[in-house]
Amino acid sequence: MTHAPMTSPVARVRRRLSGRTASAAAIVIAVVWTVPTAGLLVSSLRPEEQIKTTGWWSFFTDPTMTLRNYDEVLFGRPSSGQLASYFVNSFVIAVPTMVFVVTLAALAAYALAWTRFPGRDWLFVGIFALQIVPLQMSLVPLLRLFSEGVAIGGVEVMPPWDLQGAFQFTTVWLAHTVFGLPLGIFLMHNFVAQLPHSLVEAARADGAGHGVIFRRVVLPLIVPALVSLAIFQFLWVWNDLLVALIFAGGNVEVAPLTVRLAEMAGTRGDEWQRLTAGAFVSMIVPLIVFFSLQRYFVRGLLAGSMKG
Amino acid sequence: MGFDIHSELPKLLWLGIGTAAFLAVIGLLLVLVDHGPKSRRDWWQAACFLSPAGLLLLVGLIYPVVRTTVLSFRDRAGAEWVGPSNYTWMFTQPEILLVLRNTLLWVLFTPALATTIGLVYAVLVDRSRYEAVAKSLLFMPMAISFVGASIIWKFVYEYRPAETDQIGLLNQIVVWLGGRPQQWLLDQPLNTLLLIVVLIWIQAGFAMVVQSAAIKAVPDEIIEAARIDGANGWQQFWRVTLPMIWPTVTVVLITISVQTLKVFDIVRTMTGGQFTTSVIANEMYNQAFRYGEIGRGSALAVFLFVLVVPLVLVQVRKIRRTREAQ
Repeated sequence: MTHAPMTSPVARVRRRLSGRTASAAAIVIAVVWTVPTAGLLVSSLRPEEQIKTTGWWSFFTDPTMTLRNYDEVLFGRPSSGQLASYFVNSFVIAVPTMVFVVTLAALAAYALAWTRFPGRDWLFVGIFALQIVPLQMSLVPLLRLFSEGVAIGGVEVMPPWDLQGAFQFTTVWLAHTVFGLPLGIFLMHNFVAQLPHSLVEAARADGAGHGVIFRRVVLPLIVPALVSLAIFQFLWVWNDLLVALIFAGGNVEVAPLTVRLAEMAGTRGDEWQRLTAGAFVSMIVPLIVFFSLQRYFVRGLLAGSMKG
Repeated sequence: MGFDIHSELPKLLWLGIGTAAFLAVIGLLLVLVDHGPKSRRDWWQAACFLSPAGLLLLVGLIYPVVRTTVLSFRDRAGAEWVGPSNYTWMFTQPEILLVLRNTLLWVLFTPALATTIGLVYAVLVDRSRYEAVAKSLLFMPMAISFVGASIIWKFVYEYRPAETDQIGLLNQIVVWLGGRPQQWLLDQPLNTLLLIVVLIWIQAGFAMVVQSAAIKAVPDEIIEAARIDGANGWQQFWRVTLPMIWPTVTVVLITISVQTLKVFDIVRTMTGGQFTTSVIANEMYNQAFRYGEIGRGSALAVFLFVLVVPLVLVQVRKIRRTREAQ
């Protein structure tokens, strides 16, 4: 545990001695954190009979590799997963939601930071407070709103949403957008409010309206923040189970990968050739994002760790 | 019938149309906003910018929170007032008391262990040659879904009868050590503890990254001064580093606690809440969406909300104090 910076020669020797226990401890933790994932990856590449009868560690003495599991779970019969369709669904849910949240959050954050109107600060505090509302608080009423419509005093204000086919995605988009907004606005506000006053004031003095200022001055400057929020929001929706379970259901027409996988883990808990490959299919996109955009990813995730 | 690309086209089409239409409306809004009436311009421009988000929040969050609170005092269909009976049900029914106990176990173990492991690891790899790689190993589980993580660990806990080869790593280790394989997820309270391991595995990376940043922010001179005063590495950590990063440690603890209270996916995927592993969020889902008990489900949601609020208030105060201190 002696890991404060030490520079003198004596300290360096002392550090090397105790450093050995420290390295061993670090390696143990790193192994525990990596091996379960590695085991799943190795298993997903082994033939079905082998996965079911021997441990994945015997792969190293008897290496047989196949991509059959992936082929079957992605493109096979519906009963073996049909994950390619769910993969498309995950995308169709996550991409628009990302666009909606980032855009609406940036607009709202700009208004909260740079326009003047009575009650502005109270509005900001209110939106900030909404971040703490657990999703569970709004699931039942929101679902009923979609399924039953709105009637005030017997007059139908909004009819029930009886959506078919691909249109069913609309409710999922809306639900995810609502749940993403409080945090999105808060993050964007932190960023937009820090822009130099002189910048906006100069544009205003030139007679520019808020629409122009937002498009030409503010938007180009907040790109890194937009990217961080977009990544966080995309991954949050991609990895979500609860919202999808309630607003998309289990139907192959709209349900995302997470819903399908959770269902397979429950009903086909022994079909490890499908579960291992399926889990990796769902993990591949987040892992690519993680390794290619790590800097943005860490920033977005750390800022967003309080989300719903 | 296998995968058919044609059945996917409508989805992609709707994705394109939906996104394009949205962006077109926003683009139009940004142009029109500068061409409105000149009087009270700031006010109505702000309204244009805020109303889309505001409307969504009003309908999707504020109204539902009020509605759920009301529903928690109503019967299973949400039609008749029943007073506090959903709450008395929650605190008297033995199964639900077990659910509350499980949630308590989750909150007792996950934040403390995830934060400790993250902190220890951050200290261990700090300024080592492989720091970046070492950190991404621990942080990787944050990227994947809770469902994916649950499948990874379900495989680790997998059981095969003692006569045959084990395919789950945990049972294989037990066998190597001369023990008998067990069905880990069947016996409570051990099964809940094994589910907790999954969330610790996910959250430790978050704890590590945040605390590592805090450790790096401790000025070198202070550590150096402690060293000159004769403090060894152990003492430097306990007497200097830890007190200095303590505000960050508590923020991490509280953040993970809030996440833990709302845990749902892990329980749902690994056991479905069976074998007495259910937690509040899972029970809320079951009551409201599987058994049609809207009143009881709402009461559980409200209780979850009540548990989260004080944690977040402490958090907000902490953050404000650190900001002021800077």
